[in-house]
Amino acid sequence: MPKPHIIVEPPLLSLSLLSAAAIGYEVLLTRMLSIIQWHHFAYMIISVALLGYGAAGAIAVVAESWLLARYRQVFAGGAALFGLSAIACFLAAQEAGFNPLEVLWDPNQLLRLAWIYLLLVTPFFFAALCVCLTFARFPANAHRIYSADIAGAGLGGMAVILALYVLMPLAALKLLCLLALLAGALVWRHLSGAILACLAAAMLLLLPATLHLSDYKDLSVALRAQGAQTAGQDSSPLGLLTVVENSRVPFRHAPGMSLNAAMDIPEQLGVFVDGDGLSPITRFDGGREPLAYLDFLTSALPYHLLPQPNVLVLGAGTGADLLQAYYHRVPHVDAVELNPQMVELVQRRYGTYSGTPYSLPGVVAHIGEARGFVAGSGASWDLIQVALLDSFGVSSAGLYALSENYLYTVEGLREYLRHLNPGGMLALTRWVSVPPRDTLKLFATAIAALRQSGVADPAAQLALIRGWKTATLLVKNGAFSAQEIARIREFCQARSFDVDYFPGIKPDEVNRYNQLDRPYYYQGAMALLGPESSDFLARYKFNIAPATDDNPYFFHFFKWGSLPEFIRLRERGGMPLLEWGYPILAATLLQAVLVSAALILLPLWLARKHDLAGVAGRGRAASYFALLGCAFMFLEIAYIQKFILFLSHPLYAVGVVLCAFLVCAGLGSRYAQRWEHEGRLPPGIIAAIAAIALAYLVLLPVLFAALIALPDWARIIITLILIAPLGFFMGMPFPLGLAQVGRTAPQLVPWLWGINACTSVVSAILAALLAMHWGFSAVILAGVVLYGLALKLFPKAVAG
Amino acid sequence: MARPLIMSCLLACALNAAADEFTARREGLMREVESEIALIAPETGHAALDPRVLAAMLKVPRHRFVPADQVRNAYLNRPLPIGYGQTISQPLIVALMTGLMQIRRGDTVLEIGTGSGYQAAIMGELAKAIYTIEIIEPLAHKAAVRLTELGYANVSVKSGDGYHGWPEYGPFDSIMVTAAASHVPPPLIRQLKPGGRMVIPVGAQFMTQYLMLVEKRPDGTITTRQILPVRFVPLTGPN
Repeated sequence: MPKPHIIVEPPLLSLSLLSAAAIGYEVLLTRMLSIIQWHHFAYMIISVALLGYGAAGAIAVVAESWLLARYRQVFAGGAALFGLSAIACFLAAQEAGFNPLEVLWDPNQLLRLAWIYLLLVTPFFFAALCVCLTFARFPANAHRIYSADIAGAGLGGMAVILALYVLMPLAALKLLCLLALLAGALVWRHLSGAILACLAAAMLLLLPATLHLSDYKDLSVALRAQGAQTAGQDSSPLGLLTVVENSRVPFRHAPGMSLNAAMDIPEQLGVFVDGDGLSPITRFDGGREPLAYLDFLTSALPYHLLPQPNVLVLGAGTGADLLQAYYHRVPHVDAVELNPQMVELVQRRYGTYSGTPYSLPGVVAHIGEARGFVAGSGASWDLIQVALLDSFGVSSAGLYALSENYLYTVEGLREYLRHLNPGGMLALTRWVSVPPRDTLKLFATAIAALRQSGVADPAAQLALIRGWKTATLLVKNGAFSAQEIARIREFCQARSFDVDYFPGIKPDEVNRYNQLDRPYYYQGAMALLGPESSDFLARYKFNIAPATDDNPYFFHFFKWGSLPEFIRLRERGGMPLLEWGYPILAATLLQAVLVSAALILLPLWLARKHDLAGVAGRGRAASYFALLGCAFMFLEIAYIQKFILFLSHPLYAVGVVLCAFLVCAGLGSRYAQRWEHEGRLPPGIIAAIAAIALAYLVLLPVLFAALIALPDWARIIITLILIAPLGFFMGMPFPLGLAQVGRTAPQLVPWLWGINACTSVVSAILAALLAMHWGFSAVILAGVVLYGLALKLFPKAVAG
Repeated sequence: MARPLIMSCLLACALNAAADEFTARREGLMREVESEIALIAPETGHAALDPRVLAAMLKVPRHRFVPADQVRNAYLNRPLPIGYGQTISQPLIVALMTGLMQIRRGDTVLEIGTGSGYQAAIMGELAKAIYTIEIIEPLAHKAAVRLTELGYANVSVKSGDGYHGWPEYGPFDSIMVTAAASHVPPPLIRQLKPGGRMVIPVGAQFMTQYLMLVEKRPDGTITTRQILPVRFVPLTGPN
């Protein structure tokens, strides 16, 4: 055994590396769980896994003296165990056989879920133990430790996002694990540690590891068909792209094609993003004839109303909408696609097969996010086509409820309308759901967008048609003419599509070909246009009120009032009525609260005979750190959301805003060291946070509107400049409080650190729930109020 | 000789007891399904489950169509996993779908997506001939063996692409498409007789969102009905 060295300085470099690895692991877990399962379950699982931080706080309280006596070994061992368990626990978790689709049918699935929780809590526990003990071991260095901790985390998060452009998720995970081993070895500082770390590293690198997708994901099902094989795979932080080819049973994707269509569909390759949502690459050799099937989709309607339109396709993906435009002899198409790898696949790797749809005559490809592209563009179009971007299976299961979506908000639609030429049309196609949900929500959103754009009679500018599986809503810049309405009728009649709404529609025209029990779509459209639309929205059992940029949860259809009925109907074939996303979020919050409460209270009980119990002002200090956990997360999450639109990219927003927040908070922590002996929290800090946060509520929309057209790099720099002061001040209250406690009652440090960790996890979930109900501005206001309360509860200098 | 004979008798008794137990559970399940179907009569247009469908479902041993670890759940009114990312539908949905097909004794029926073969067996009890196609080869093989063991000589299973239907035996009186598809393949519409019916469950695995009934009128025109498998009115209060 090496002779124990006495560590006199906190191992800041190791701490930074470990924090970077831990947050990197969180980012990677989100990616990997989204690939093998579904996004919202990833969210649910990770929020529990992060309670490993709380658990570490609890253990550090109970075994503080034992652990501190072996600080160096515990840190080195903890870092190494984080590295090893990060990969081992993930691999074990994906073999747990958890099937979320069966949760409501089979209670055993909950046991499997609990097992996954336990597995994934483990690595976070080890990482957190190192951080927590460092605070406890060096209470006088709280500012430096906090600074190293969160700055490392900020840079780590950014680094992993960038790494995902060149590495597959599991390869990135192995690198993270190596980073953690290095962090451990640096602290151990002995040959034996280096040898052990090298051995573990070699094992890690050689470990055969693959992602095992759920059997029920679209990709798994596609690969089971005879003759199917993976032709290629590409990873980026935007998703894992998998191309599947099948020469025996070729893909034939034509969502909602009319039952009157008699033609064959050309051969296709399947492209899956994160193992879901098939997008087809269609074999195309320049001939129009084989594309005739694209005229039998509801989305073809605008081409029958607009002669030679100038078109913008939002979400061009694998190019089906471009081929549809080509078939209709459109002279000019601007094709916007978020994922450059998707365009690369279609244009280069499978260019011979696809006929390079992005290079068709008149097509101009743009890589970017739809809203940002439109907002930053000075052009206008005759037709803006918003593609059917999500997969039906996931959509029908209500799994998108937790995903924010700025494509279908009132402000989004207003933006598109502003870019329409006179007489131009916005075409939005959605899956049909029974009873209707998203199509009616989109209809309500279009009405709100038209009204807010100053249109006195929205009813004159809307048309809605429906096939058996898709519905297309047209919003016109101007009133529909009688001739156009006649063409809508003709188009629908030839394809056995139903007309659900156009100006002057008669009740006997609707629900003819694709009959519902009642003409719900027509009735809904009429009710939403009528004087009692708010009553209709209130009485409808799903939430179909328009989504806004402040509350961008378009797919959140759940209403609490309907829950008892859905539960009653569960075994009566009514399961799909329950929109899963929201209840899962609520369940996630509940479990996080319960586990957090246990992690906070249990150490108190276990350590009741120690000096922890008798510390005066314990409750006050606990409240302070709980409030800080909540307030910090509320502001951070809300501002990430607010910047998504400005940076035109959810990933840039997460990467840039998170990194800026954490690094600047780290700097703020170092700066605040000058006040640590004042025994109070300078009120100016909280005043600055409140002033900046509130000013941004008003200023950001104006700034964003003025600066949205700037290039990416300029918007990233502006974001950094805007976030920096907020992050800087937000980094101060926590280390000041911890330093204060460290001086007067150091035994409380691990417990308070754990409380902060637990409330951070809980408030991240709570922020999403609050935003769904009241919007992100409310979350920011709540964050400011919580900071104000924290100011009142700064820990007093009391003797333990 | 006596010992093997006694053993055989005991085994036979045990099997009979198990069969009785399954029969009783099947009856219990079908009572539940019947009462559910009565509740959703306004949606389906049928006040009660067709007695022929009921008899078929009472006869077909669902427990023989599920993996060993799911036998205990075979007579619960819920969908069950059968491996390969596929499920056997909820009995209520099977009853509804089969009822919507309105199969007559002399009918020839096409099924796309054999799965476990359970639906084919139910339809095999009602029609003259069932032709069923499964895209996942091992599933097709298992279903074929199972259906043969159970004596369904009128059910033919083929492994392959269901897109083109099975023109050698068409046109069909009715077609069931249980395999998820983004569209209804035109060859299937062509292979449906005028006056014929096609039933398609729409939704994700474990979650049938609605049932689509495609009717080909005698003049060849197509209409569809989207039927919710549950009684549900989306508005509260007076509708």
